[in-house]
Amino acid sequence: MGDVYYKTINKITSVLLFVEGIKDAAYGEVAEVRLEDGRSVNGQVLDSREGLTIIQSFGDTRSMNLKHTSVKFSGRAATLKVGTDMLGRVFDGLGRPRDEGPPIKSDEELEINGSAINPYSREEPSEFIQTGISTIDCMNTLVRGQKLPIFSGAGLPHNKLAAQIARQAKLRNESEGFAVVFGGMGINSEEANFFKKEFESTGAMEKSVMFLNLSSEPSMERIILPRLVLTTAEYLAYNQGMHVLAILTDMTNYCEALREVSAAREEVPGRRGFPGYMYTDLSTIYERAGKIKGRNGSITQMPILTMPNDDITHPIPDLTGYITEGQVVLSRELYRKGVYPNVNVLPSLSRLMNQGIGKKSTREDHRNVADQLYAAYARGIDVGNLIEIVGSEALTDSDKKYLKFAESFEKKFVRQDYYEDRDIEKTLDISWDLMGNLDVGEMKRLKPEHIKKYGEWEDVQREAH
Amino acid sequence: MSGKIYRVSGPVVISVGLENPSMYDVVKVGKLGLIGEIIKIDGERSIIQVYEDTTGIRPGEVVENTHSQLSVTLGPGLLGSIYDGIQRPLDKIKEESGDFIERGVTAVPIDQQRRWHFVPKVNNNTEVAGGDIIGEVRETELIMHKIMVPVGIAGTISGLKEGDYTVEERIAAVSKGGKSSEIRLSQKWNVRSHRPVREKIAPNMPLITGQRVIDSLFPVAKGGTAAVPGPFGSGKTVIQQQLAKWSDADVIVYVGCGERGNEMADILMTFPELSDPKSGKPIMQRTILIANTSNMPVAAREASIYTGITIAEYYRDMGYSVALMSDSTSRWAEALREISGRLEEMPGEEGYPAYLGRRIAEFYERAGMSTLLNGLTGSITVIGAVSPPGGDISEPVSQNTLRATRVFWALDSSLANARHFPSINWLNSYSLYTDDLEEWYSKNIYEDWDKVYKRCMSILQKEAEIKDIVQLVGYDALPEEDKLTLEAAQSIREDFLQQSAYDEVDTYTTIKKQGLMLRCIIAIDEAYRVASERGVSIEELRKNPVRQKISRMKFIPEDEVEGYCASIMQDAEQIKGKAHK
Repeated sequence: MGDVYYKTINKITSVLLFVEGIKDAAYGEVAEVRLEDGRSVNGQVLDSREGLTIIQSFGDTRSMNLKHTSVKFSGRAATLKVGTDMLGRVFDGLGRPRDEGPPIKSDEELEINGSAINPYSREEPSEFIQTGISTIDCMNTLVRGQKLPIFSGAGLPHNKLAAQIARQAKLRNESEGFAVVFGGMGINSEEANFFKKEFESTGAMEKSVMFLNLSSEPSMERIILPRLVLTTAEYLAYNQGMHVLAILTDMTNYCEALREVSAAREEVPGRRGFPGYMYTDLSTIYERAGKIKGRNGSITQMPILTMPNDDITHPIPDLTGYITEGQVVLSRELYRKGVYPNVNVLPSLSRLMNQGIGKKSTREDHRNVADQLYAAYARGIDVGNLIEIVGSEALTDSDKKYLKFAESFEKKFVRQDYYEDRDIEKTLDISWDLMGNLDVGEMKRLKPEHIKKYGEWEDVQREAH
Repeated sequence: MSGKIYRVSGPVVISVGLENPSMYDVVKVGKLGLIGEIIKIDGERSIIQVYEDTTGIRPGEVVENTHSQLSVTLGPGLLGSIYDGIQRPLDKIKEESGDFIERGVTAVPIDQQRRWHFVPKVNNNTEVAGGDIIGEVRETELIMHKIMVPVGIAGTISGLKEGDYTVEERIAAVSKGGKSSEIRLSQKWNVRSHRPVREKIAPNMPLITGQRVIDSLFPVAKGGTAAVPGPFGSGKTVIQQQLAKWSDADVIVYVGCGERGNEMADILMTFPELSDPKSGKPIMQRTILIANTSNMPVAAREASIYTGITIAEYYRDMGYSVALMSDSTSRWAEALREISGRLEEMPGEEGYPAYLGRRIAEFYERAGMSTLLNGLTGSITVIGAVSPPGGDISEPVSQNTLRATRVFWALDSSLANARHFPSINWLNSYSLYTDDLEEWYSKNIYEDWDKVYKRCMSILQKEAEIKDIVQLVGYDALPEEDKLTLEAAQSIREDFLQQSAYDEVDTYTTIKKQGLMLRCIIAIDEAYRVASERGVSIEELRKNPVRQKISRMKFIPEDEVEGYCASIMQDAEQIKGKAHK
């Protein structure tokens, strides 16, 4: 359509423009909206019919009007220029540099929506990533190519945890860490600065790419931003053979932007006003994690979301949990007790854990130790709840042991320092130490040969020698 | 005459000027020739759901009507395949478009070049009708593929000859009244209509899955229907996969509907390495996978379960027992909702279309044990996972599914959190087949199975009641009898119901071993009660090494289990005996 600017806008809402008289705008095509003062804002075609095109504006629609605002269609879907010179740089929600640096020099331009990986081409993720965090490494193991979100709540230290993981994550036999592609959606400038400083101070910045959309910036950019992050990640992973950790925070802001568009389009709302297609939409983000057979790189995803009112059944965590391969859930209660990282292991899960652990990659007793810790901690928490009803006098000796176990589990296993990088052996040793206070006869998840080898029970040890 | 696009909105395209459109005609949309299906006709306009991403499609582009309906190709070569939602083989798509799925790719569903050795089973010049088996092809070591006369064709058969044929070559002709139809190794069937049978009959044997909580407590019959609702992380997918791996159906159709790509990769990696417990042959030889991951186009997700069930019906028609696992039907229902929303239809509950219940019921009705057109008996068991938002099963998809199915495996997140797997809650779950199957169980496990089973269920029920009391008065205030019930219930839960999908031995338990295990647990409970009557304290009983022995039982290999259980039964006698002294 060349350089034609259409001046036939007949309706403008906070995020949508309705343009008349266009015969054949392509679905998903990028459009440029030019304002009276010469500024221009990008948008995308959401609905196209003969005579009427609906455009979603990525920028602010403030000052747009029917008379002087015009639209130009680009004839192609949204793309991003990619190159290795993106490393170390910071971009905005539309992929424009927001640091002082030059524009990206590259001939390679990729469509940001990407295509689905053929399941037949996928390689099953199975390489253990040591994050140095006991609750994750031992009980919710992360593997390369997995998508494992952090479910958090307002005011909890999820950013700290994500930064610690980004800093410490590595494969055990490789010294090289991950390239981090970071996407901040609707986060405030303090959070953005925290990550920037964090990456700079650890020297990770030169292997990082940041996309930032602050809470004061247009919300519609948040819909584009994760796709920029993943397009960059795919380029680095599949074209450059790098192992990429993609961090997306805060997915709640993304979903709210999605709801804003849906409401503007007057669509039939699903649960809590979120659109019925949110599952599909989120999957086009999360499913872009993985490994491909015959290619070197990988994309490991760690989206972060804050659960409104800490409610895990809220549509955002709910739909996310159905797509991702597990979740790490942060607990307000542990946070109040002063435990960092405040991971509540019970509702947390890593679906790909079994592929990444065991004799070959971590240690033979790993699975059983994790199961036993889960069972024992769950029992300890149950006993704790029971006390509130019947008081501690009514507890049996065994109950008391579990109660004590749960306490020391939180203190010695869950809690660790922000700069404490525990290797998996250390984590497993702490586990055996803690289990040593329970009755060995009740350790049904452990294998007898492991008990003999690693157990801390005196009578067992005597028997073994 | 072809039509043109008037409007594009996500997966829904409206065309004008299509000649003589019919509901559910397959059309090719735009320059890329994307596959779609007409789902509404409104005057000049035909509303189309498109099975591929519509980005870049413009009003004015051409739309062609193929005048055929969405159908699957049925014939030898299906087994071992992995398809997308509209029966395009994923390996062929990969050859065409690389690691990422591009649009407009076409791929034939079954190998056209391969020659199959066909052996006729009827003589020339005999009368045949739709569904009749006229010959066989050895499709895999496990499955003999029966070649059937397509439904709707009848007459005198001629030209049958043993030999090697491709799926497209003529193997015979059936003629009647001067009209002749060619028969090939393959045939087509419209996915939205069920393949006919002579009569549905009552199921009378269980689908043995090797999963103790299912086979022993909440069995599903061959030809039955089961629903598995549960929140995320409760182990739906692991259960579905365990059933696909171990259940004793002849053919397995596994539909991954809107689920994770890495999960499908896992299946693709592990299934070829697993062997069937009965025959020792790789299970891929009896399996067909349909993978439409969540980020693949939503309309194809809607079609995927129909593609799956039609293939299942085809193998049932050969007289096989087929099991279809669908993970997850909620994603299918959401696809319906998404399309319905784009059509601006008046929504029913929670935005789902008003016809949701009908569509779910129609799907499950395609299960069943049947007398087939050819007189044989075949069955389809359908096991559908449901993913209720927030785990709350009061939502429409769960409720409509429960109305249409007869077995309910209630997955429980608190069990999953404590790593009790499979996390099937024994209080809320049910199977309406237990009575139908009682005879089979008493014949195939042991005479008094029913008694042992009922005792087990009553202990579990009683445990729940006692636990409520413990909450109020504490454990120590309980009478000895109740404490013993708690002991027994704990043993049932931990030593019997919990089963590890990842342990070599524990992953599959034969029905015989299940019977022995439960008998031992109940026998020890009885022995404890006798001993307790005589004044032996619980603390003392707990120290008895027989408890450890029982908890090892699940890891005892099949061939040693009989002796092992006999020794536990002796221990039980001894405990009673000691008490007598």
